[in-house]
Amino acid sequence: MNNPEYDLVIIGGGPAGLTAGLYAARARLKVILLEKAAIGGQILVTDWIENYPGFPEGISGSDLTENMTEQAKRFGLEIETNDVTALDLTNPVKIIKLSDREISSHTIILATGANPSKLNIPGEDSFFGKGVSFCATCDGPFFREKTVVAVGGGDTAVQESTFLTKFAKKVYLVHRRDQLRATKILQERALENEKLEIVWDSIVTSIQGGIFGVEKVEVENVKTGNTQEIQADGCFIWVGINPNTAFLENSVKLDESGFIIVNDKMETSISGVYAAGDVRNTPLRQVSTAVGDGSIAAFSVGHYIENI
Amino acid sequence: MAESVLEINDNNFETEVLQSEKPVLVDFWAPWCGPCKAISPVIEDLAGSFSDKIKFTKCNVDDNPVTPGKFEIRSIPTLIFFKNGEVIDQIVGMVPKTKLEEAINNII
Repeated sequence: MNNPEYDLVIIGGGPAGLTAGLYAARARLKVILLEKAAIGGQILVTDWIENYPGFPEGISGSDLTENMTEQAKRFGLEIETNDVTALDLTNPVKIIKLSDREISSHTIILATGANPSKLNIPGEDSFFGKGVSFCATCDGPFFREKTVVAVGGGDTAVQESTFLTKFAKKVYLVHRRDQLRATKILQERALENEKLEIVWDSIVTSIQGGIFGVEKVEVENVKTGNTQEIQADGCFIWVGINPNTAFLENSVKLDESGFIIVNDKMETSISGVYAAGDVRNTPLRQVSTAVGDGSIAAFSVGHYIENI
Repeated sequence: MAESVLEINDNNFETEVLQSEKPVLVDFWAPWCGPCKAISPVIEDLAGSFSDKIKFTKCNVDDNPVTPGKFEIRSIPTLIFFKNGEVIDQIVGMVPKTKLEEAINNII
């Protein structure tokens, strides 16, 4: 068997991947981390992370990303911006096809994370970047003294729509149930906020506007069937996430929602292939759980390499 | 490295972008935008490879309200490609580097 270039290739540069990289670099494995877009992943679009221990005042997603990256690099982690186009996992030496070359490795950690789910309603795609947004920290300041609609009822929706009230004069949070799912402290802040109004039992059915962007959002009450139009300049959508696993079809086992199935060592259905963070089947998707996954995955890789 | 991406503003947008002989990429960004900060090394990297064929610029939307308003920008990062003063392509949000390379190759 030819010796592969790497002991470990980590795909994805969010908290799970960066932590796996830190542990693997300290274990002196030959390791590279590949990120297709921007190091940090979903935490880059979080306005403030206040439940990651060690930062009593909280920390911004981009500062936490910088800290994690610097820490991993200090131990020699190699990081490259590149797109993985295909994987060949049929042999013990895995082949990773990149946009410009192929590399080989004994092991892979899949830490590709997830992307925000869409509503799949009229206007959502056509007004993306023209009022439709998935990122309050990126786009909130464009809505100073304007009215916006937000959609969802989980942690992200409730936290980010509360954040939007710093800029917008009014935020309508449209939620399809009669109670929120978000963590209690986030709910309390939202319910106390005078600029935020929750539209219960309702869904957004279309986003409408003109050449200048979003102008109104159509909302339907699922209990009464009544519809109303909310005049708004923006529509922020936070209705869950989709795992980035499309490129893994017919390789590692996925659950019915597309998340990678792993055991408690973060081993997937293929020997030498691991998964960590939001991309795996897990009951909780947080920075704190992602870094735990990443360290376990790197530890398991270390064992695997020792036994080759 | 950083100098290969030219900082533009409301005053010189006309001359540096619209009247440029080369195609121009404008990266609309702000200091408070995490994803903008995260993609800037990628843009600088691309500027290193393509700066002979395309002019790489960035525009801080906080300091320059006029230009982003003109192009109805309500989301950043937004990248706009200009050729002969016309908008040729527009990319919103964080996208893979390969997609940016594709967009660049399409206009040069």
